[in-house]
Amino acid sequence: MAFVPPARHLLRAKDLADARYFEPLDVDDLARAAGLSRAHFSREFRRAFGESPHAYLLTRRLERAAALLRTTDRSVADVCVSVGLQSVGSFTTSFTRTFGVSPTAYRAAFPPAAVHALIPACVVHAYSRPQRSTFREDSVTTHG
Amino acid sequence: MLKIATTQLWVHDQDEALAFYTEKLGMELRSDVTVAEMGNFRWLTVGPAGQEISVVLMAIPGPPVMDAVTADQVRELAGKGFAGTVFLTTEDCEASYEELGARGVEFTERPEERPYGIDSAFRDPSGNHFRLTQVRELAER
Repeated sequence: MAFVPPARHLLRAKDLADARYFEPLDVDDLARAAGLSRAHFSREFRRAFGESPHAYLLTRRLERAAALLRTTDRSVADVCVSVGLQSVGSFTTSFTRTFGVSPTAYRAAFPPAAVHALIPACVVHAYSRPQRSTFREDSVTTHG
Repeated sequence: MLKIATTQLWVHDQDEALAFYTEKLGMELRSDVTVAEMGNFRWLTVGPAGQEISVVLMAIPGPPVMDAVTADQVRELAGKGFAGTVFLTTEDCEASYEELGARGVEFTERPEERPYGIDSAFRDPSGNHFRLTQVRELAER
């Protein structure tokens, strides 16, 4: 049997968030992908990647939402559902907290970005994902 | 003219990597040489058929080549997916996705339309990141 460092299992969970963010995926699903209990998984994920799995999944969704706002004319509600979030209200709140402007204002600030056309999707995903350290939901995960 | 001849990826297990690159990705074994006087160092390279470039499937060494702490860091970085990336191209991303998927390659991204073409992604067993892209110019030719 090949040697597999524990981080490789955590990467499976991170890959799952990146691949299936548009589905009703939650931290329990990510923990299952890593083969760990939820509490142990959240701790180990944070140790490996510097943020909670919840924060990673939410910022992936917000990054994808921002991309859809920039590159499509789909409604905010449609964008919200398309990135796997259920409530337009909490989507708008999270988005505004993260990007500093509402989804509608964000869209208005970005003209079509053909200039970025040649940059690989993985680079776009990695470099435009927002960083936040103060998700309210995180404190629940951390202390729970 | 400078040409890229060989490049290297860290792998956690050379036998596992060899099976993945040859049996699942369909690459050719280029060299597999174990050198007794070099502590049984194993020079293992593979490459895509019809192309000169080779990829070294390099085991993460221990001391004295690499101190134990660094080796652990490299192992962990590879496992976290931060050690290596290869950009592959294909003439038909959907067909390659089906073919590789049928051989057990686990994709992290299904083929999707991007401004530069149709793009997908998978990882090798060690966590190295592969993109598999049908570049726009190729598709339109």
